Amino acid sequence: MQTARRASLGHRIARDLQRHKWKYILMIPILIYLILFCYKPMYGLIIAFKNYKPALGFAGSKWVGLKYFKKFFGDYYFFRILRNTFLISLYSILWGFPAPILLALMLNELRGERFKRTVQTVTYIPHFISMVVICSIIRQFCLSDGVFNDIGAFFGAQRTALLQKPGYFRTIYVASGIWQEIGWSSIIYLAALTGIDPQLYEAAEIDGANRLRQTWHITLPGIMPTIIMLLILRMGSILGVGYEKILLLYNETIYETADVISTYVYRKGLIEANFSYSTAVGLFNSIINVVFLVGTNLISKKVTDIGLF
Amino acid sequence: MRMSRGQKAFNVFNIAFMVLLMIVTLYPFYYVICASFSSSTYLQVHRGFLITPVKATIGAYKKTFNHALILSGFANIFKIMIVALPINLLVTIVAAYFMSQRGMMFKGPIVFLMMFTMFFGGGLIPSYLNIKQLGLYNTLWALILPGCLSIYNAIIMKTAMEAVPESLSESAYIDGANDLVVLFRILVPLIIPTLAVILLYYGVGHWNSWFPATVYLEDNTKLPIQAVLRSIVIENEMLLGGATEVVEGEAYANDYTETIKYAVIVISTIPILCVYPFLQRFFVKGVMIGAVKG
Repeated sequence: MQTARRASLGHRIARDLQRHKWKYILMIPILIYLILFCYKPMYGLIIAFKNYKPALGFAGSKWVGLKYFKKFFGDYYFFRILRNTFLISLYSILWGFPAPILLALMLNELRGERFKRTVQTVTYIPHFISMVVICSIIRQFCLSDGVFNDIGAFFGAQRTALLQKPGYFRTIYVASGIWQEIGWSSIIYLAALTGIDPQLYEAAEIDGANRLRQTWHITLPGIMPTIIMLLILRMGSILGVGYEKILLLYNETIYETADVISTYVYRKGLIEANFSYSTAVGLFNSIINVVFLVGTNLISKKVTDIGLF
Repeated sequence: MRMSRGQKAFNVFNIAFMVLLMIVTLYPFYYVICASFSSSTYLQVHRGFLITPVKATIGAYKKTFNHALILSGFANIFKIMIVALPINLLVTIVAAYFMSQRGMMFKGPIVFLMMFTMFFGGGLIPSYLNIKQLGLYNTLWALILPGCLSIYNAIIMKTAMEAVPESLSESAYIDGANDLVVLFRILVPLIIPTLAVILLYYGVGHWNSWFPATVYLEDNTKLPIQAVLRSIVIENEMLLGGATEVVEGEAYANDYTETIKYAVIVISTIPILCVYPFLQRFFVKGVMIGAVKG
């Protein structure tokens, strides 16, 4: 016979707080941090729907509905920044995504363990160097009397300041990105490679498969889950081109190809102080990013059964 | 193992490719080092690759070390790191501990609150306005407090804590220890290597950070080194006394205006290269953990 009464909710909470007292006490500063620096700015997103006046604050400013979103869709630069963001991202994926996979496969074919480790150590370096330094070097090399032009001139090309020409920006951005991250991004594939059962290779060897066939039929399928997962992540941020590198590289003469959503938000918001408008643009961008992430994840789960969440 | 001709050819190509890749990776840095030891006027007319400094001089470095803004840049970044790193480490330990424990009624919602910030945030403008409202604008706190907890790092540390046998903390509880004792006397000493990784993560993050400084700070004298570097190299600001306006491709009035950029690049990168051997060993581990458990 059951006589034990179920403890009331309040009672259970009190007991939980009592038993895990220190865990909760320790978490208080973190909760304060989350509220002050993460959730309060999220609450601040409401100014995208308001005519924000600093004097009135987030809550006190007047509601204007979707005014700023409509303004953005009608913005003269709307298509330009959307196109630039999309294209820079697309080219980064097209060239930058396969590159580390290829490097990992090639590293995997190296026989000397020491040599392999040296290559890895060297190619990781640029990942740790600050963006300011990387972009400073890129800018110096792209000057009309910089190294790239010296090479071009050697082959008879006209000297030109490369970062002043809209046509070159995407190439410079994508290529330098690959240069900086190829080694570091290959780590995860190398890790996946170690998980492949060596017996598979032995069996293939006996069946007379050469290295190329082994790579195609064993190695690639072996790391495919990793590839797909990273591709989902990457596709999810297709309109998430960050401002840091572009701010350091671009200038007014190449806005035509270099200006993206995040840099536009930066200029409109922080330089021109159109707080509400640029918040609306930024919010539009984040929402699209979340939609893309969830969407690519859904598709991948349907098709390949691999997903992030 | 017998190798076919095709395979031998591939191996040669592969090794050649790797050597080329290493050269392409390292040369830009080597160029910068050479340029920093060169004389500006000679560097200007020099064409092609640099193999050694042209007309070697350490003038640029002398100028650099006498420059107030560069010195204050280093002072500021050290100030930031001394204050920020202990905070970073402490909050990460606590967050990781909370995530690694079981049985709390409110664990779910609190962990969700933390994880959600990884996918969504207020964005640039609301964060900026928030800093202003909190009165942190133009103080170094604006570079320290926001982002003082990286959830990603906390997850890595949580993984390390979960690897510690549970029997250790259980026996401590039986002996009457509370969570504080278990966390700081038992768990933390056992995950020192992970703590070192996380410390390096945060340290490199602070050292390389420049954007928040340009947004949240008004006074040039408060800028950390990377932000100073940006002013000098990217904005071409005439922070370096004695020189007239610098226009791309034109003659420079100051003999060091060109090479001083390179010198600042070198100096601001050396600390990273000093910790790099540790970084690369530990960071790789971090990436693996993140990959497996993230």
